[in-house]
Amino acid sequence: MTLAMATPDTNLDLWLSQQTDKSLLRFLTCGSVDDGKSTLIGRLLYDSQLILDDQLASLKKESHNRTVGDEGIDFSLLVDGLAAEREQGITIDVAYRFFSTDKRKFIVADTPGHEQYTRNMATGASNADLALLLVDARKGLLTQTRRHSFILSLVGVKHVVLVVNKIDLVGYDQAIFDQIEADYRAFARDLGFQTLAAVPVSALRGDNILANSDRMPWFKGTPLVPYLETIEVAQDKAAQPFRFPVQWVNRPNLDFRGFSGTVASGEVKVGDDVLVAASRKPAKISRVVTMDGDLHSAVAGQAVTLVLDREIDVSRGDVLAHAGTVPEFSNQFQARLVWMNDEPAYQGRSYLLKVGAQIVPATITDIKFRTNVNTLEHVAANKLDLNEVGTVTIATDRAIAFDPYADNPLTGGFILIDRLSNATLAAGTISFGLRRAQNLTYQSFDVNRQVRAEQKGQEAQIVWFTGLSGSGKSTIANLLEKRLTAEGRHCYILDGDNVRHGLNKDLGFTEAARVENIRRVAEVAKLMADAGLIVLVSFISPFEKERHLAREIAGDIRFTEVYVDTPLSVAEQRDPKGLYAKARRGEIKNFTGIDSPFEVPSAPDVTLHGGQEEPAAMADKLHDWLKI
Amino acid sequence: MTSTRLTHLQSLEAESIEILREVAASFERPVMMYSIGKDSSVLLHLARKAFFPSKIPFPLLHVDTTFKFKEMIAFRDRTAEEYGFDLITHTNQDGVRDGINPFDHGSSRYTDIMKTAALRQALNAGRYDAAIGGARRDEEKSRAKERVFSHRNASHAWDPKNQRPELWRTFNTRLNPGESMRIFPISNWTELDVWTYIYDQNIPIVPLYFAKPRPVVERSGTLIMVDDERLPLEPGEAPRLETVRFRTLGCYPLTGAIRSDAADLPSIIMEMQASRTSEREGRLIDSDSVGSMEKKKQEGYF
Repeated sequence: MTLAMATPDTNLDLWLSQQTDKSLLRFLTCGSVDDGKSTLIGRLLYDSQLILDDQLASLKKESHNRTVGDEGIDFSLLVDGLAAEREQGITIDVAYRFFSTDKRKFIVADTPGHEQYTRNMATGASNADLALLLVDARKGLLTQTRRHSFILSLVGVKHVVLVVNKIDLVGYDQAIFDQIEADYRAFARDLGFQTLAAVPVSALRGDNILANSDRMPWFKGTPLVPYLETIEVAQDKAAQPFRFPVQWVNRPNLDFRGFSGTVASGEVKVGDDVLVAASRKPAKISRVVTMDGDLHSAVAGQAVTLVLDREIDVSRGDVLAHAGTVPEFSNQFQARLVWMNDEPAYQGRSYLLKVGAQIVPATITDIKFRTNVNTLEHVAANKLDLNEVGTVTIATDRAIAFDPYADNPLTGGFILIDRLSNATLAAGTISFGLRRAQNLTYQSFDVNRQVRAEQKGQEAQIVWFTGLSGSGKSTIANLLEKRLTAEGRHCYILDGDNVRHGLNKDLGFTEAARVENIRRVAEVAKLMADAGLIVLVSFISPFEKERHLAREIAGDIRFTEVYVDTPLSVAEQRDPKGLYAKARRGEIKNFTGIDSPFEVPSAPDVTLHGGQEEPAAMADKLHDWLKI
Repeated sequence: MTSTRLTHLQSLEAESIEILREVAASFERPVMMYSIGKDSSVLLHLARKAFFPSKIPFPLLHVDTTFKFKEMIAFRDRTAEEYGFDLITHTNQDGVRDGINPFDHGSSRYTDIMKTAALRQALNAGRYDAAIGGARRDEEKSRAKERVFSHRNASHAWDPKNQRPELWRTFNTRLNPGESMRIFPISNWTELDVWTYIYDQNIPIVPLYFAKPRPVVERSGTLIMVDDERLPLEPGEAPRLETVRFRTLGCYPLTGAIRSDAADLPSIIMEMQASRTSEREGRLIDSDSVGSMEKKKQEGYF
């Protein structure tokens, strides 16, 4: 093959400067499944002549047996990249496409329409300036249209184009278009979009894409591509307060210590007075370093390395700001969440929260309400399921620097990460700080059990395991403690080993001594719960009366009785400490199950079948039941 | 700078630098894949910028299939010496022992063993938890779907149907034991962006990108350069000198040259602008079957 040569008189420098001076528009296509998003993008690529000969050839081959336009091509094949997507004819994940016109460069995120892939739509929306929201002219607004609109609003997309597609299939009927536009404007009134335009198109046939279509003389608005080429979306981020999240401490040798990062907003100059948001330690900027030479200043979007005039403690996660315009610094805030995991969000659960370069353990302290995406109404909720959007309060283990998302998306947007699987669970946007950590004073509240427990982000409670020796109580309690601790909970296990050898070493095994043993353990459990802990008590506690006593001592503390129901034959076979053998030989008296009875609990809260299930499965089952 | 708004290339550069710094700050043992091509040259340049005045805080890894162009290897060693980065090269010795080559074993099997398996070996041997690559989303359909921080399970496999959501520039870099991450800092660059950046920044690239008379044979429409005596010539076939260049670089028996007179960067860029074929067309491994790249990636290919 031979490629065409450039004309000799082409001025490359001029041409190159035109290329690099073009502005960049990042947009996404969204809307319900089958509204034609992929076809529209294929159309945009085709019409801007970005589909190359070899791609076109393979496309025509693949378009066999599919819905095609005048060009004989199923445009959606261009963008559905995964084998599973082409097989099922749906879009699963966001695909990025690139095209440019004489006026602009475009990065397009083609996002999936199915509800189950809403998280991938949010991924595409989070970096977009503008959204093309597609609606099928035959169907009008659907739940997904509304859900996507709400998510656009939540992640801060300010410019929306309502693309009423497949208008050819309703006979280019103006009344249908007008009705859909009116419905949508009514719905979107409170979503905070700065601009909202509506265009009737046929992506398959190319109507109103590049130019006004003869088939819709009634449409007087701007066609799609000219609209995208001219809409002004840039916000003057340089005029906002200066924020510099420190990503990496740059220390090649003892003589140089710089802080590398990207200016999130505002501008910084050599000589400026800055503060570390967390410590409020001041310093002056002495250098703005890049490999191309030192700069006098840096603006939003530039990746630089800042050098300060004095040695102060700054590390990854710190935020530098100008004195007087510092970000909020708090350990509590209200936020909106899009939940992206099959496992729902619960109040009191602990997660990892990442905002900027800061990662901290964090707890959802309150789910205030869920938003119904169809009506935008607030609905009471005690959990958030996959793809649900809620308003919550969050407490972090230590104070973090942030801005409200509306003021600064880069310092106000965060993700929640699962502490065990490391999956990304949610996208969140901070609405406002609830109280400044430094304003907390001890006079303002009485320190009681609830306050102590809230400080640990949990409900103080007692989980009481009863069952034969060797039934598996301690094994399950240990597994539960491990999982809760990994989730950021504060637990303690009381069992025979740590109580009988100390606190209760004066007690024998007569019936009276056993009652006193249980009483003391119940009192200790109560004190620990009063300190705000989750107390796991693992005692044989064979008598119904003493288990009642323990529950009574707990008073208003949540008390869960867990019966580990393992048959004597199984427990005796395990005999981890050789006690059954000794009891059978008569070396131990009053041994439960041998010469002392075990009273089967009449109404345990949870029964685990120790002879049938694995300890880990039982611990998980109990964890789910407890919903701690 | 008079304007407070960054140009297209400046904002792409800053985005890539931020990603590279996030890798250095978040992982225990990162490594950067170095394939010696133009995208690797851009990646190397960006990494030098990201950490200046420090040296690049991770090694560069080149998987040598033993069939790379000789000029690539010379360029690699020259570049490593000039910039002083830590270069690791790896070749699948099992493949060498079995004499695996693209002629007798086919491009697909050869690539599996000398590239994909070799890469897995090298990543396992280095116990790298993060591998940085120069792939771009405009290259191929399954690449267009990939995250910037792309999660891999313990066997280096990609699960395209279950990618982590990736919000804003807040990357989830956390891993469980044995898992790893592939990171693509120039995901949002196009081929034209790469070339204009190379021109703008005066970045050295392998001379094979520039047109020059080279010995080639033509096979089913593809021009293959006879880089050494290992290329078996068919009866009656003789290499002839043609003025050609390469749009992408890989293993010489699997990389098609194009006839061109573009001997400097301006000519290359102008030629590219006029071109009507995509750059991967010169790569013989992608066109085996629809979705073949996705399949390779699931198996651990970059």
